[in-house]
Amino acid sequence: MNTPAPTRRQFLFGISAVAGGLLVGLPESRAQTGHGEVTAWVVITPDDTVTIRVARSDMGQGIFTALPMLVAEELECDWAKVRAEYADTNENLTRDKPWGDMVTSTSISVRASQEYLRQAGAQAREMLIAEAAARWNVTPVSCRARGGIVSHAASGRALRFGALAAAAARRPIPENVPLKAPSDWRLIGTSAARIEAAPKVFAEPIFATDVDLPGMLHAAVKNCPTIGGSVVAFDHAAVAGLPGVRHVVQVGKDAVAVVADSWRQANAAVEALPVTWDESIGTGVSNATLRTLFREGLADPAAAIGHRIDDVGASLGGAAQIIDVEYEAPFLAHATMEPQVCTAKVTAERIDLWAPTQNGEGTTNTIARVMQRDAAQIFVHKLQLGGGFGRRGLAQDWARQSVQIAAQVPGVPVRMLWSREEDFTHDYYRPMVLARQTAGFDAQGRLLGWKVRISGSSIAASLAPFWLKEGVDNALMDGFVEEDMPYAVASFEVGVARRDSHIPVGFWRGVNLSQNGWFREAFLDEIAAMRKIDPYLLRRELLSENPRALATLDAAAKLAGWGKPPAGRHQGIAIVEGDNAWCAQIAEISVTDGRLKVHRISCAVDPNFVVHPDITVQQIEGGIVQGLAAALYGEVTVEDGRVQQTNFHNYRYLRMEEMPVIDVALVPSLGRYGDRWGGVGETGLPPLAPALTNAIHPATGKRLRSLPISNHDLRV
Amino acid sequence: MPVLKVNGSPHEIDLPDDTPLLWALRDTLGLLGTRYGCGAALCGCCTVHADGKALRSCVATLADVAGAEILTIEGLGTAATPHPVQAAWLEIDVAQCGYCQSGQMMQAAALLREIPKPSDADIDAAMSGNLCRCGTYSRVRAAIHRAAEFI
Repeated sequence: MNTPAPTRRQFLFGISAVAGGLLVGLPESRAQTGHGEVTAWVVITPDDTVTIRVARSDMGQGIFTALPMLVAEELECDWAKVRAEYADTNENLTRDKPWGDMVTSTSISVRASQEYLRQAGAQAREMLIAEAAARWNVTPVSCRARGGIVSHAASGRALRFGALAAAAARRPIPENVPLKAPSDWRLIGTSAARIEAAPKVFAEPIFATDVDLPGMLHAAVKNCPTIGGSVVAFDHAAVAGLPGVRHVVQVGKDAVAVVADSWRQANAAVEALPVTWDESIGTGVSNATLRTLFREGLADPAAAIGHRIDDVGASLGGAAQIIDVEYEAPFLAHATMEPQVCTAKVTAERIDLWAPTQNGEGTTNTIARVMQRDAAQIFVHKLQLGGGFGRRGLAQDWARQSVQIAAQVPGVPVRMLWSREEDFTHDYYRPMVLARQTAGFDAQGRLLGWKVRISGSSIAASLAPFWLKEGVDNALMDGFVEEDMPYAVASFEVGVARRDSHIPVGFWRGVNLSQNGWFREAFLDEIAAMRKIDPYLLRRELLSENPRALATLDAAAKLAGWGKPPAGRHQGIAIVEGDNAWCAQIAEISVTDGRLKVHRISCAVDPNFVVHPDITVQQIEGGIVQGLAAALYGEVTVEDGRVQQTNFHNYRYLRMEEMPVIDVALVPSLGRYGDRWGGVGETGLPPLAPALTNAIHPATGKRLRSLPISNHDLRV
Repeated sequence: MPVLKVNGSPHEIDLPDDTPLLWALRDTLGLLGTRYGCGAALCGCCTVHADGKALRSCVATLADVAGAEILTIEGLGTAATPHPVQAAWLEIDVAQCGYCQSGQMMQAAALLREIPKPSDADIDAAMSGNLCRCGTYSRVRAAIHRAAEFI
């Protein structure tokens, strides 16, 4: 693992995004006086306050606490004195990436940064110890750091970190400091006090929506009602005289915006603005035509094969019994509670953005490319995100638009906010995907072969075409390929034929596992029924060579009391590995007169290591709720090219009164099955839909092969 | 000029009386803790109190709240003197992204004002209009029960 090496030292004027309140609007406030920064990651001031830099973005997953904990474990500081702040995106460029990768997706923050963050803490600690030892004229190994103090036991001397930091910062940064064994951790593995909790409870202005700069104007946007269409003409004069209106501008090829004194004025004007659109790109396109397109993909003889065991054609050809069925997962919206928003200020010298980005460097690169500027001229000031779920990572349309608007009002900061209607109708949706699954059995019901064909839109094609391999998006087969198809079956094959449309698709919590986990685990229950075997026992049998998966599965079964639901209730089970974190869930439901009630979700999760148990449980709870809402109600539909869902009345989300009891058991395997750490942001989601539909079958006799569940009649 | 009473202080507001209260709070008074989520009373992000009752400020106009005492999250409590709901929210660690939480806490505070010891059914009835995409509902429920113990 690379340890980013600091190249230069700077002091920050305590613009902690927490504790002291977020000071937005001070892009030049990072005075460069070379004081207080021990390393790029750790700033210690004379009052012993330890500020730890966070390179990834916090969208509610708690990394403003979890990532500093990794540093603090080795630093041996006093956790009560730790603050967190974002590492500066522009400095990461100009200082040769001292903070490494800033991408925040695929549950990557802890699992990909844990080693260099612990190393960063250890390096700063060794520098503080070296400084103290030099002052006392003793050897560093005779000193130790604990609780923000370096002490020398033999002489009884001690110095606070705050008294050592400035001089320690001038010492060389040691390389490859040995890290503690997990058994020696004192902070990691505890539910330490949350750094970012209080600003949320006391509603401090921490979000991009709250950015308020001197002289700032407000922009509201109207995007082409058909995504990918374009502006033909708009009647600027029709709204120019409305209250507060300053500017009426085109934004790229496909949107218009009004800039006004307040957002309400801007939005009223943009809604009144007459615009002629070219929507021909979507003419006639609907869910029905897309389904036809994807079905044609399922039958494509040129499907790219992602994983093959034995000859599935021969296995199915010799079968006495066949199941041959089609599954369909719908488009889904991100619907972050904070709609798309960004503030930008454009001058000849620099472009500043106050951005809720999951990827600070992605924002920088997008703006540099669109505006044809040097990346060093782009200053992205990251805020706390009012939800992300993948909407604010590779998809940078919101950042691009805010800059394209602000560039037309040079020197003036402009805060662009999308209405909820724009947000729903112009998302990068979780792809609609179809899967055809075929299983063959002998006369005794033994499984002979399992064939999977997948067709749907490719996220890579939509957002990152360079990820395609000879036109194939292997991610469409996640959960079915050699690395992550966990079941030991004798004959198997998965293939994909992608079919793209004008509806852009993107990363949504769980990404392709959010569909494929359901396809696989729901179909496995169909196999279990043919074999007349308990679905839990079938999974145990097919996972018998995978002790880590078995341990997680067994923990969930024990937690739920598998096989012994209360009278009138039914259970369903599923297990998925996401981002090296195994997650098994059991849904306990009842169906009365066709009405589904979800009583309990029991979940076991093994992320290998756990930094903060309470945050980990929160993330799993969040994945379960999001998965449940999607399974029950989630569906974005297209009619004549336009997305039909506009607000929460026609894109229903789970409500308090529908909440099941959620029991989460953390069963970290602590390195027993390998060193790789897992991520917990997403793994809680994929098992939910199959656990639920697998429970609906014993309750109703119905196999649900399309989502959402609300489209089905559950009356027996 | 119309006067709007917010968090105990009167403010002269020079806005049309069909302006939703939300925008008067955010854009005119600079009270940024009340947040826009849907603009149609569908998500509860913008919840404030008018004379002690929960109100969706994205649809309630200045005319609707004329003469009412408005309380926003900024007036609910502070770090030094938190409202019991805020103290419970911190203890239970409710928030994930936090964007909807001002509305959740204001709705919860209104519930506790009306029913000091709410049952789960009372919580379902009062809180089911407040959406949370992060899925904090279990903790919202637990924190309301905890806040009831503080009151």
